[in-house]
Amino acid sequence: MKTKQYVIIGNSAAAIGCVEGIRQLDKAGAVTIVSREPHHTYSRPLISYLLGGKTDRQRMRYRDADFYETHGVRPLLGHTALSLDPAQKTVALDDGQVLPYDKLLVATGSVPFVPPMEGLDLVSKKFTFLSLDDADALADAVTADSRVLIVGAGLIGLKCAEGLSGRAGSLTVVDLAPQILPSVLDERAAALVQAHIERQGVRLLLSVSAARFEDGAAHLTDGSTVPFDVLVLAVGVRPNVSPAREAGATAGRGLITDEYMRTNLPDVYAAGDCTESFDITSGERKPLALLPNAYLQGETAGLHMAGGGKPFCTAMPMNAVGFWDLHIVSAGSYTGNAYVQCEEGHYRKLVCRDNLLQGFILIGDVLRAGIYTALIRDRVPLDTIDFELIKDKPGLIAFSRRDRQKKLGVKPA
Amino acid sequence: MKRIYVSEKWCLGCHLCEYYCAFANSGSDDMAKALMNRRINPRIQVEERGGISFAVSCRHCEEPLCVKSCITGALSSEGGLITIDKNRCVACHTCVLVCPYGTIMPSDDGMMQKCELCLKNTIGEPACVKYCPNRAIIYEDSDVPAAAR
Repeated sequence: MKTKQYVIIGNSAAAIGCVEGIRQLDKAGAVTIVSREPHHTYSRPLISYLLGGKTDRQRMRYRDADFYETHGVRPLLGHTALSLDPAQKTVALDDGQVLPYDKLLVATGSVPFVPPMEGLDLVSKKFTFLSLDDADALADAVTADSRVLIVGAGLIGLKCAEGLSGRAGSLTVVDLAPQILPSVLDERAAALVQAHIERQGVRLLLSVSAARFEDGAAHLTDGSTVPFDVLVLAVGVRPNVSPAREAGATAGRGLITDEYMRTNLPDVYAAGDCTESFDITSGERKPLALLPNAYLQGETAGLHMAGGGKPFCTAMPMNAVGFWDLHIVSAGSYTGNAYVQCEEGHYRKLVCRDNLLQGFILIGDVLRAGIYTALIRDRVPLDTIDFELIKDKPGLIAFSRRDRQKKLGVKPA
Repeated sequence: MKRIYVSEKWCLGCHLCEYYCAFANSGSDDMAKALMNRRINPRIQVEERGGISFAVSCRHCEEPLCVKSCITGALSSEGGLITIDKNRCVACHTCVLVCPYGTIMPSDDGMMQKCELCLKNTIGEPACVKYCPNRAIIYEDSDVPAAAR
């Protein structure tokens, strides 16, 4: 059989998942990774930990230094894929190389979304916060005296604030939304986390936005002015659908795929932040820019490219994040009947609908949260377990003796 | 591959597995010194209620969601054994969020820990199995005949 040519555009979780998926079934095929960034594969969410001195460039590698060698990957790092030709089955790079493929994965990730804001072009020290190069540039710009203004109180903006907290003179975060982390938390949980973040000395300004910038100052919609030395734009991210969409791949907000991560173009797959996922808890298609989702999609694509595999159909919003040692985990969606426990520093919300757990938020005590996640993922009917028993403390004790035996006991011969 | 299996029929709820687990992974050769007057963080934990008890530790899944979801690459699977490189862990708790058994938890220093079948400590075989007084925790191949249970 002819050796298959696999080409992967991207070098993060979805790309690595794809390589590991391919290699489960095909040890011989030629795998090429094309990445705009010149770096070895690294964990993107760790850039805030790098700023905070909690990891370093070696430890933030997503895979070992010899990963490309051990997995038979030809890495073309520092090269941009400009276009793809689905008829000829080739990818054209910025240096003129044309790579033929039998199977192509588009894992182009997401790009920062910066809405048009008056005077933004006048600001000399402004940064986005999505890549290792962003983190390096920000680290170079921020000194112990710097007043840093971050626009966006989502995961990226607040993790950036935490990462900078030991480095900057002062930190202010501004967001148009009335609460922090609107994509992750409900109002009450957000207030709890907000108080915790404010206790660390971060100033949070909500329900306001920057009406106008000049170099060194933001004039807010409430009439106030925030002077700054360094500006970070963390409003949001958008799936990077280029160059696949130009080549004819169907895209909504992200690239559209089936459950094997195939696009509408023959032998072209897409995975990770550049795609839309089907959220099993809301029944909606939407971008889910989450690392575990990216890996699982990438692996699904890789297995299918190599001639096997099974569909991936358990995507849902999921977040695990900590701010100054306060841990937050959440999953699913929050429409339904809610069970809520809230006390000093702890929050627990479980949302049920149609005899299923649909979502949860845990703050503080997050131990064994995966048992809840599995109830959502596996669509476990709640009347088949003793759900009351685990509302305050997740455990396998909620399952029937038979199910516990299946999970923990010796499998039947 | 050999795995740990538990039987709630034989579990006494004595929690000895928790103590031996914590001791085995303490790096100390004195059990009293290692465990006395401190909160232990064992990698195996007993669930109990109303006369039912059973111990739960990592199942070393064939499709390990923890490994696939780990944001740093700290968790890996080799030959069916799932291990964590604590040096690369940043305690983001993604593994806690995805493990369907609830068997990855913070260690004494806050970074994550999990059962590694005592293959990375000096014991070399699962201490919970070795010291279970009622053989409620066993370590064997999954395809053993039913007579052995």
